[in-house]
Amino acid sequence: MDTPRTLFDKIWHAHVVVDRGDGHHLLYVDRHLLHDGSAAGFARLRERGLKVRRPDLALATPDHYNSTARRDLDAIADPQHRRLVEAIRNNTRDHGVRLFYLDDARQGIAHVVSPEQGLTQPGVTLVCGDSHTATHGAVGALAFGIGSSEVAHVMATQCLWQRKPKAMRITLDGTPGPGVTAKDLVLAIIAHIGAAGGVGHVIEYAGSAIRGLSVEGRLTVCNMTIEAGARAGMVAPDDTTYAYLHGRPLAPEGAAWERALAAWRTLPTDDGARFDREVSIDATRIVPMVTWGTSPEDAIAIDGRVPDPAEARDAAKRDAMRVSLEYMGLTPGTRIEEVPVDRVFIGSCTNSRIEDLRAAADVVRGRTARVPAWVVPGSGLVKRQAEAEGLDRVFRAAGFEWREPGCSMCVGMNGDTGAPGQRIASTSNRNFMGRQGRGVRTHLLSPAMAAAAAVTGRFTDVRRLASQGA
Amino acid sequence: MEAFTTLTAVAVPIDLANVDTDQIIPARFLGRPRDQQRGAMFHDLRHAPDGTPHAGFVLNRPEYAGARILVADRNFACGSSRENAVTVMVDNGFRAFIAPSFGDIFFSNCFQNGVLPIRLPAARVDALRAALRASPGATITVDLAAQTVTGPDGTRDGFDIDPFRKDCLLRGVDEISLTLGYENEIARFEARRRIEAPWL
Repeated sequence: MDTPRTLFDKIWHAHVVVDRGDGHHLLYVDRHLLHDGSAAGFARLRERGLKVRRPDLALATPDHYNSTARRDLDAIADPQHRRLVEAIRNNTRDHGVRLFYLDDARQGIAHVVSPEQGLTQPGVTLVCGDSHTATHGAVGALAFGIGSSEVAHVMATQCLWQRKPKAMRITLDGTPGPGVTAKDLVLAIIAHIGAAGGVGHVIEYAGSAIRGLSVEGRLTVCNMTIEAGARAGMVAPDDTTYAYLHGRPLAPEGAAWERALAAWRTLPTDDGARFDREVSIDATRIVPMVTWGTSPEDAIAIDGRVPDPAEARDAAKRDAMRVSLEYMGLTPGTRIEEVPVDRVFIGSCTNSRIEDLRAAADVVRGRTARVPAWVVPGSGLVKRQAEAEGLDRVFRAAGFEWREPGCSMCVGMNGDTGAPGQRIASTSNRNFMGRQGRGVRTHLLSPAMAAAAAVTGRFTDVRRLASQGA
Repeated sequence: MEAFTTLTAVAVPIDLANVDTDQIIPARFLGRPRDQQRGAMFHDLRHAPDGTPHAGFVLNRPEYAGARILVADRNFACGSSRENAVTVMVDNGFRAFIAPSFGDIFFSNCFQNGVLPIRLPAARVDALRAALRASPGATITVDLAAQTVTGPDGTRDGFDIDPFRKDCLLRGVDEISLTLGYENEIARFEARRRIEAPWL
C-alpha cells in the first residue's frame, strides 16, 4: 500500500518540475495574482527584455493604492500612487494579462477577487506578491506570498525554486458558541501557537469546527496563517468547497467540471498521514476575541483583561509587553470591554466578503454608530451583492461610510490611515505599530465585534448585544 | 547579483522579538522609487514624530556606523512580503542577518538580493547580542564557504544553509537565468499538465 500522504504532499509533488536532489525543487505555479504593488516585478522583466511566460495563468487587479472614496484614477491624490495604478494597467496590456481595472465591477482585493471568480481552485499552486496569499488555501490550494524578485521569476518562468516546508496540522474540534466566528478561531489559534509558531511550516486546518465553516470563513482562517508565521495554510476540499466553486465564472464547467471534481476528491489528507507537528484546540472554549497589543498573538477573550507584564513568562516577553502597552496606551488589569474606541474599520482581505458584511449589518441594524466607522467591501461584486441585500442602507442609516473596494485601512498604502493616538477596532489582520498610520492603535476583531464596538463606542461582547436585540 | 563569500563588519544588535517588516520600512514609503527609500529604514523607530532622531535607538548610535551585519531576535522580519524590507537594508549597507528565526518570506527575499540570513540557536544569538552591547562597534566575521560565524570574542559557530542557496550566493547566480536553462523541463511539465489537468 502507498504511504499515506497529506494534502500538502500531494499538491507539492504534483508540481515538481525539477528535483535537484538536494532538497530544492523547481515548483510549477498554476495561478499568479498581480496588483498595483507588482510594478517592480514588471520592471525587472523589462530590464531583461523578457515577457510574461503564461499571461493566461495570471490575473491582475489594483487594490493597494487605489482610492476607496471614488473609483477612478483622479481620486488618487499622490502622483506616485497614481503612477502605480496606471502601471498595472499599462503592464498588463503590454503583456496580455487579464485585468480587472478601476472601471470593472469585478475589481477588488486580489485575495477576495480570485476565489470569487473561481480562479482559486483545489490542488493548484497559487502565488502573489503579497503575504496574505495564504488566503487561497481555504479551497485546498497551496498558496503563498512571495517578494518582487520572485514575482519577476514567476512571470519569466512560471516556476519557483522552493525547499519543501514542514507540515503542521491544527485540529479544531467542537461547535463554537454563538457569536464566535472564523476570525475568533484564527485569533485564538495565533494566540495559542504564537506569531512565530508556524515558521517553516505549511499548516493544514482540520477538525469539525473547520469543516463546519463556510468557504468564506475558511478564507478568513487561512488568510491569517502568515500571522502565525507560516507561509501557507490550507483546508482540504469537501462538498462545501465544491458547492462554493460550482458555476463561478473561471471555474471549470460541464465535462471539465466533472473531471476536475474527480481529481479534487483525491486531494484530502489520507488517514494515517504524518505531520511534523500536531496541535489540537477545543473550539467549544473559544469566545469572541480582541487583540490588546502590537502582535497578532496578543489576543484575549472579550471578557478578559489587559495582561500584566509582571506575569510574563520571561524577561524578553515582559519587555516586549511593556513596549506594546505603552504604544497601545493601555493599563494592565483594565477590562478590555471598558476601553473606548475612536474609529472602526470593517474591510481587508481577512473580512470584507459578503458574509462578513452581513454579520456586521445584523449587529448594526436599528442602531447608530457612536464613532466614525467605515465599511470597505472586498470587491465590486461584494459591494453590488451587499447593495442588492440592502446592507448599504443599514450601514448608512447608522452613520457608517460605505466605500469602494480596496485594501484601504488595513495597510494604509493609499492614504486611508488613522490619526496618531487613535484607537481603531479593525477587522484586518495586523496590529503592528504604525500599521494603520503612525501612532495608530489597532485592535483586531471580527466584523460582528467591530460593529458592536461602533454602535457602543467601546469594545463590547457581541453576544450580549445580540441577546438584547435592537 | 553580487556574490557573497566572506564578510567582516561591524554588527548591530536589535533586542526585539517579532520585528515586523512594517517596522523595517513603513508602508507609506513603499510607493516611492527605490532610490528614494534609503532613509525609510526603521524610520518610525529611529525618529520622533517631528523628525528628530531618537539618540538612544541602536541604529542611530555613532558606534555602530558602517554596520553591515544585524543580529536580531526571534521571528525577525515577520509579516508583509515587501521585498523593500531587504532592499532598504541593502541600500544602507547590510549584507547579513543573524537571528534564531526569520519571517519565511523575508528569508527567501534575502537570497534574491545577495544577502545571507543565518539561523543560530537562540542562546548563541543572545550571547552575540550581549557581546555587541558590551563592546559597541565590535565586528563579526561570516564565512559562507565554511558556514561559520565568528563573534567579537573569537567564538566560532557553524550554521546550516541550504546547498542550493549557498551555491547561488557564492557564485552570485541570477535565478531567472538559471531557471530559463530548464526550459525543456518546464515545457515538458506543461505538456503533461495539459493532458492530466486540462481544466487549468
